[in-house]
Amino acid sequence: MSRHGTPAPGVSTALHRLRPLLTGRWAVLGGFALAALALFVVAPLALSDFRLSLLGKYLCYAMVAVGIGLAWGRGGMLTLGQGVFFGLGAYMMAFHLELDDAGDGKVPDFMALISSDGVPWWWEPFRSGIFTILAILLVPAALAGLLGLATFRRKVRGAYFAILSQALAAAFAILLIGNPKATGGSTGLNNFRGFFGFALNDAANRRMLFFISAGALLVMVAVIRQLMVSRYGELLVACRDAEERVRFLGYDPANVKTVAFMVAAGMASVAGALFVPIVGIVSPNDVGIVPSIGLLIGVAIGGRTTLLGPVLGAIGVAWAGSTLSENFPSAWTYLQGLLFMLVIAFLPDGLASLNGLLRARRRTGEAPEPEPEPEPDNAELTTASKAAPTTPTVSGSAPSGAEESAGRAADPVSATHSGGTE
Amino acid sequence: MNPGMNRDYLELDDLTVSFDGFVAVDGVSVSVLPGELRFLIGPNGAGKTTVLDAVSGLVPCTGSAKYAGHELVGRKVHKINQLGVGRTFQTATVFEGLSVLQNLDIAAGSRRPARTLLRKRTQVPPEVAETLETIGLTELGDQPAGVLAHGQKQWLEIGMLLVQDARLLMLDEPVAGMSHEEKDETGRLLQRLATDRTVVVVEHDMDFMRSFATSVTVLAGGKVLAEGSVAEVQADPRVQEVYLGPGYSAEEAQAVFATTAAADSERSN
Repeated sequence: MSRHGTPAPGVSTALHRLRPLLTGRWAVLGGFALAALALFVVAPLALSDFRLSLLGKYLCYAMVAVGIGLAWGRGGMLTLGQGVFFGLGAYMMAFHLELDDAGDGKVPDFMALISSDGVPWWWEPFRSGIFTILAILLVPAALAGLLGLATFRRKVRGAYFAILSQALAAAFAILLIGNPKATGGSTGLNNFRGFFGFALNDAANRRMLFFISAGALLVMVAVIRQLMVSRYGELLVACRDAEERVRFLGYDPANVKTVAFMVAAGMASVAGALFVPIVGIVSPNDVGIVPSIGLLIGVAIGGRTTLLGPVLGAIGVAWAGSTLSENFPSAWTYLQGLLFMLVIAFLPDGLASLNGLLRARRRTGEAPEPEPEPEPDNAELTTASKAAPTTPTVSGSAPSGAEESAGRAADPVSATHSGGTE
Repeated sequence: MNPGMNRDYLELDDLTVSFDGFVAVDGVSVSVLPGELRFLIGPNGAGKTTVLDAVSGLVPCTGSAKYAGHELVGRKVHKINQLGVGRTFQTATVFEGLSVLQNLDIAAGSRRPARTLLRKRTQVPPEVAETLETIGLTELGDQPAGVLAHGQKQWLEIGMLLVQDARLLMLDEPVAGMSHEEKDETGRLLQRLATDRTVVVVEHDMDFMRSFATSVTVLAGGKVLAEGSVAEVQADPRVQEVYLGPGYSAEEAQAVFATTAAADSERSN
């Protein structure tokens, strides 16, 4: 069968040859090197200890965000309950820190104040650091696996899944508040003195914690990137866009989606576990419905289908949040809501799609030149865009990792400028 | 019909589908052999698509649907597919945001070991390249499937079944909305595929059916009304009646089924 009718689009070959240099393996490695340089060298030099530890907290949010990017952006699972997994990781770490501070066989202070029953039996294993770390890595992921299979096998999806996950976050927060003896109730757990033998009031140790979270974030971004560009990533997008079709090709989409959900849960858990020593407190206010949605807003604003959009969006929103609320305490909540609505209404694929959109607009303004096809190499920014069928350029010409992380803040500005001159 | 020694045939026995008391498919018993290009025709609401839905596991049904000795009734959709049963849909369903190549690679992937999923696709797998050639979309391999013309999407859907080497192909109106040339190309492709596979086509296009069917099953009201060669089916007064309603003259019936003899003799030459 030969095809006549639609001609193969003539691709601007010069652009085509250039692109591998910007998007190939070296660009990816370069991007990671740049990010590592920024996090491990520039940030500690440029920021005060206080700001550095704030950035460490944002990095924890970014870890949750990168997982949400996979589950929601690529897998279509609008998870409004990541706070549950974040909270599980955080509380398990907090249990360990409390017990560690109390010393062998002793009862943590807050517990002794409330009752004389001693340490609950299910707290005991958390005296072991290794058990705690394993539990942080495995328990939330396993819970997500069970939840995922139970819901996705029954074809629960879309708004129903979102509501279910949100209800879970609400229930989790209520559970925590309802058990003050074991969880500190609504005040949560705080006043940690040490972290695996290192004193938390020592600035050097706090810097080390920042480095650990920076390293963890980089590893997670690398893992998510591999998942996105792999065949699994393509399959996940296929499940998002046409779940039934995937079924008729011999896959069980429930398994495909559950894996993404588990990865997202595991990352949220690790983020929570690092959040505790960095911030020094975990309470139901960090894990319920509102913080769960807060985690999502950054992802939506940054661009949920991309690799770096969620990371930068989460950091940006958290940074803007604390900066603005330092100056205008109540205004930020409104601004956050407004920003969220604007992005959903006008930029459904987030700020990450802005550059491509403007470029596409400029190009169509210039000449009706055929559009370049999306590069497979550039997959972290291409395949997922739902706008791809109608506007292939949007995703096709989006910048790659290195370019993007360096240039995001300047992008809208420069794009507007050049758009204005034409 | 005698299936002989080859077990790779489709056998429906008393297949029944009912929705809340409404019987959409009513005790259908049909056998389709490999090498056959079987058309399933009938007026709207006859239950043609529902038969495909039942066989592919989309709707619950009673009775039996066996392919290559495996009972399909009661199995899940993806398990049925893994037995080599593939289908397409009335409105071509492809992954619009993914490229043509990715669409085919995903289809091929369900037969690969799970660990290959975690790696990136670095080259075009041979079976994907071959299928791209077969369906004539090689040059469009990197295009998002969403930009394909309607007919090309239908071909891509057929290609997705070929690349996973489905042995039983069930196609739902594969030529709807195609131009004349495209229909002919599709028909010839289906004839080639039918030489070593079992192919069932649900179709409304009578010209297309006449040109390419080797056998026809006519459904009406969820029941098998007639079965046989194109000529036999057309000559059946009951078939003429369901297509035209009672009270039409034999001449009018003939007009609807015209050009049959010509098409038949052309093919036998």
